[in-house]
Amino acid sequence: MGANLFSNYGEAVAMILFGIGFGNLLLQSNLIKKIIGLNIMDTAVYLFLAEKGYIEGRVAPIVVDGVQSMEAYINPIPSGLVLTGIVVSVSVSALMLSITIRLYRRYHTLDLDEINVQLLKEEL
Amino acid sequence: METVQNFPAISILLCLFAGIISSGLKRKAARWVNILLVVAVAFLSIYTLGYVLATGASYVYVMGKFPAPWGNEIRVGALEAFTAFFFCVIMLLSLEGGRKKLADELEEGKTYLYYVLSDLLLSSLLALVYTNDLFTAYVFVEINTIAACGLIMIRQNGRTIKASARYMIMSLLGSGLLLLGICMLYDLTGHLLMGNIREQVGILSVTGEYHIPLLVTIALMSVGLAIKSALFPFHGWLTDAYGYSTVSSAAILSSLVSKGYIFLLIKIIYRVIGTEVFNESKIINILFVFGLMGMIFGSLSAIRENDVRRMISFSSVAQIGYIYMGIGMGTKAGMEASVFHILSHAATKSLLFIAAIGLTDVSGGSRKFIDLTGAAFRNKWAGVAFTVGSLSMVGVPMFSGFVSKLLFAQAAVQNEIKMLPALIVLGISTILNAIYFMKTVIRIYTPVEDLKYESITFKNMRMYAVTLVLFIILNVFLGVSSQPVVDLIGQGLAMFS
Repeated sequence: MGANLFSNYGEAVAMILFGIGFGNLLLQSNLIKKIIGLNIMDTAVYLFLAEKGYIEGRVAPIVVDGVQSMEAYINPIPSGLVLTGIVVSVSVSALMLSITIRLYRRYHTLDLDEINVQLLKEEL
Repeated sequence: METVQNFPAISILLCLFAGIISSGLKRKAARWVNILLVVAVAFLSIYTLGYVLATGASYVYVMGKFPAPWGNEIRVGALEAFTAFFFCVIMLLSLEGGRKKLADELEEGKTYLYYVLSDLLLSSLLALVYTNDLFTAYVFVEINTIAACGLIMIRQNGRTIKASARYMIMSLLGSGLLLLGICMLYDLTGHLLMGNIREQVGILSVTGEYHIPLLVTIALMSVGLAIKSALFPFHGWLTDAYGYSTVSSAAILSSLVSKGYIFLLIKIIYRVIGTEVFNESKIINILFVFGLMGMIFGSLSAIRENDVRRMISFSSVAQIGYIYMGIGMGTKAGMEASVFHILSHAATKSLLFIAAIGLTDVSGGSRKFIDLTGAAFRNKWAGVAFTVGSLSMVGVPMFSGFVSKLLFAQAAVQNEIKMLPALIVLGISTILNAIYFMKTVIRIYTPVEDLKYESITFKNMRMYAVTLVLFIILNVFLGVSSQPVVDLIGQGLAMFS
């Protein structure tokens, strides 16, 4: 168990980061901190994928010097997944930030609890 | 290959293109593009359904002609095609019912954006229904989230912006877990296409290798999708999002968006993990228990509510609980009941939201129960429609809700251990449903002496009344001639595996 954990330290770090990001997104009341948490969480998944997809001593599957053996290259799909994932997380971060701007303009605070209090006063 | 096999892929692409084109169109043009699109997709889906039923087998459509395991695939069976058709019908009716209201609820010059978002939402729903690739499913889950968030936020007031922020946060937590689950599954099996993963998972479960990682993966994906579809403890965002957005948005969100995620979960259970492996894991019991809790606590919150739209939203929590209870039973009958309830709840909840707006409009725009007294006399069509929706939710024979409750009870009897809790909670939940829905129906049919609000006649709401009648017909159809639909669901689920 301990040895496995040590030899796969990259994945372990990714999981810890995922936990940190998840906790921040869930528990922080400040919207900007939540968005930072979201980005940490997503990036942790990409780290996990990159770590799993890389095999030491192999290179990206671009044939330059005629080597066609499968042993020489890594699987390109995890890298492709990371790229797709980055596009997705950029767009959701942008949307979250735009919502944050809207809320800040209306209530002059970034704190969700405080916004709640002001909303209750508004009585819609 | 026959032409009809292209239809599912064409309908997804049509939606995406319609969304792009509509962003450059005026309000009226965008509306017509949207109506034409939904009708066209419905026809394509029903044609596909006919083809699948005629051949009697599902087929796989290879996108871009890259063969498995490299390419991206769409898989079409009877259940997928039928669900796509049903979603189109509900979407069309929901948009039609709220169309007149939309003009008051949205800012001037923003209406075309509403149609852009609905087109994109339909494309992502279709993709979730049809896709055979897990990562594509993840990408379209995010598109679905963004479009749904837009549909909440497009009505500009403090409540909706905060609701959309909360909706986004919960959704992102869910999709984060789903993404991690998919990545771990990819590492365990080396595939992203559902069929190939299924083979590898079968091998893993026989050898017993990677038992715990596989369990964690199943848990991550189930919990992620449960958060996104507002299963009981994760339903905090739901009431504000449904209660304060525009009426069409509320109807679409409650009846389609959350159902899309549940459909994906059912697909994952059948096509990715395999029912045997899923039933052996303990996660199925967790879904079952939370489903039961949702059925009771959702109804209790609805009883306490003093706002008719929020009451209907809380009732959604209870109904989602029913669906998860059916999934959690782990039998074929339970799954059939769940899928039927997805359809019946979609037809009923959108009807209730749209009828409720008609009632509040003739009560000075107030949603408090005290102001709704006698509203059914002022708007007769909405009153009848609301009553039909309530009776269906309570489970009175003739309406769709009765059939799903019957199917749930029949499924519960087949499972010895889960029979007792399921039946007891089903009974309690029915009584609770009756309390808050009948309370509202009695309230709207209580005559009032002083006529401080004006009545509305059929002339002033033709389209609205026609939509309500269509909804009622759909509800009664599902309730009276349910057997063909149930058979179709059974056939579709058999094609899944």
